[in-house]
Amino acid sequence: MREATIGDSRHRLAVALVGAGVVLVALLPWLADNYAVRIATMICLFVTMALSWNFIGGYAGYPSFATAAFFGFGAYAGAILQAKGVPMLAAWLAATALTAVFSALLGVAILRLRGHYFAVGSFAVLELVKLAASSWAGLTGGGSGLNIPILAGGPDFASRVFLYAMLALAIVTFAVALLVDRSRLGFGLRCIRQNENAANMLGVDVDRLKIAAFVLSATFVGTSGAIYASWVSYIDPTDMFSILMTIKVPVMVLLGGAGTLLGPIVGVVAFQLLEEKIWSSFLEIHSGVLGLVIVLLVFALPGGLLGLPARLGWGRAAQARP
Amino acid sequence: MTGNAILEVRGLSRVFGGVRAVDNVSFTLGRGEIVGLIGPNGAGKTTLVNLMTGVLQASSGSVLFEGVDVTLQRPHQAARRGLARTFQIVQPFPEMTVLENVAAGALFTADAGSIRKATEEAREHLEFVGLGKLAALPARTLTLPDRKRLELAKSLAMRPRVLMLDEVNAGLNTGEIDAALDLIRRISARGVTIVLIEHLMQVVLSLSHRVLVLHHGALISQGKPHEVVEDETVIRAYLGTRFAERHKGLVRHG
Repeated sequence: MREATIGDSRHRLAVALVGAGVVLVALLPWLADNYAVRIATMICLFVTMALSWNFIGGYAGYPSFATAAFFGFGAYAGAILQAKGVPMLAAWLAATALTAVFSALLGVAILRLRGHYFAVGSFAVLELVKLAASSWAGLTGGGSGLNIPILAGGPDFASRVFLYAMLALAIVTFAVALLVDRSRLGFGLRCIRQNENAANMLGVDVDRLKIAAFVLSATFVGTSGAIYASWVSYIDPTDMFSILMTIKVPVMVLLGGAGTLLGPIVGVVAFQLLEEKIWSSFLEIHSGVLGLVIVLLVFALPGGLLGLPARLGWGRAAQARP
Repeated sequence: MTGNAILEVRGLSRVFGGVRAVDNVSFTLGRGEIVGLIGPNGAGKTTLVNLMTGVLQASSGSVLFEGVDVTLQRPHQAARRGLARTFQIVQPFPEMTVLENVAAGALFTADAGSIRKATEEAREHLEFVGLGKLAALPARTLTLPDRKRLELAKSLAMRPRVLMLDEVNAGLNTGEIDAALDLIRRISARGVTIVLIEHLMQVVLSLSHRVLVLHHGALISQGKPHEVVEDETVIRAYLGTRFAERHKGLVRHG
């Protein structure tokens, strides 16, 4: 019998799989060339973002399009601090804290909205932050962007530093996701997704939990933005507040399985493989193919890849948790 | 307020635009009492429950729980105080198992401590309402009578002091209603104060110690079941003459 909420064996499996992935990525610089290291760094970046989005979009069921807003916010916060001479690591940590505070304030404002209205509201946040970054030229360099000091030590050294930084961040995010998944918070968020009013009547402090989920969805994305800025050493508003990114992250999570622990990771890996292996041959219709994936997801894979076994009727022991 | 009262409503009103959905309503609930709340559709019964559980804010008046003014409470605070309610339209978490649904009540309201402990408690409540065998099924697969029982089990997991049952018998057949009545009696035997919102008069009359009658948002009568049934105002507003005749007999012989 499937035992409610307490899926200890499920968690052990997830940790084992992720552990194997971590070892593989950590050894990559000795196994493969810089191109593979770069792809692995991007995968770690997207894993962080997908796991983060899953808190608000997956567990709580609030479809947020603010991911790129927090990515860009963290990137600018880190870049501005680094440009002013703050050491790299300290700039990353400060960017993390600033993003957390920023998202908490935003959450209080836009989490009153539900469903489509929340989605539109979160999208507006992205546009507003982008506008601020483009207009506040004194601080952000405006449209001409911002340069960040390049890390000394040569390209091979730098590529490893950023790989391990992104990997460490993805591990931290996963650890937090693991804690949330088995905690009161995760349980409460699942209740909110399925019936917010009933959850409230049942004693769930819905406002507080939603804000917690929103802050979790932003904080590590902010860190990833700051690390990314140091990595590429030049940022501008168009790149940092990309609409494509803000849509890609939810699509990745839905592809893997929203509201599950492993779903976001599976989704990112599957999506990146698709992108590297197939889309690179269709450069002109790149976004067309993305659209196709979204349509296929909605119609054919409502539970994501992890929901597939259950959908095909492969026993109830399957991972799928709706 | 008598020493035995657990909940007191004083001059409670709620206005929607020009409509007084609840109009200057006052009453008290005694500890362990079963109180029927009846009235025509749109009389304000559900609005009244919403005001008492923080879902809606009162336009004026106050709600006192254990002598403490709780008028401004929010729904999750009401739940944690022990003011639980079921919904007229049952509201399970559809994709969770039956057991998880009940565990949620134990976890967030009754402060079971850990999810594991909440789950253990939930199992007891499921046995109590007779859903023990269905614990592992997703809630969406339950039949209507079982959903109503699940709703009760969820409320019980909240360790309620006052339980407001909003038409828990609507849509059930006679056999199912008998089972539900038995369940309500057993819940009451645990010392829980029960407010019974009900259209089925035989249910109200057989269970209630006292009956409140709402009409156009106002409390037009309250008293022992047989008094209320014979009240001319109630007969005119709600029961109708013919029903009144029949139910008079029912009260005397029941």
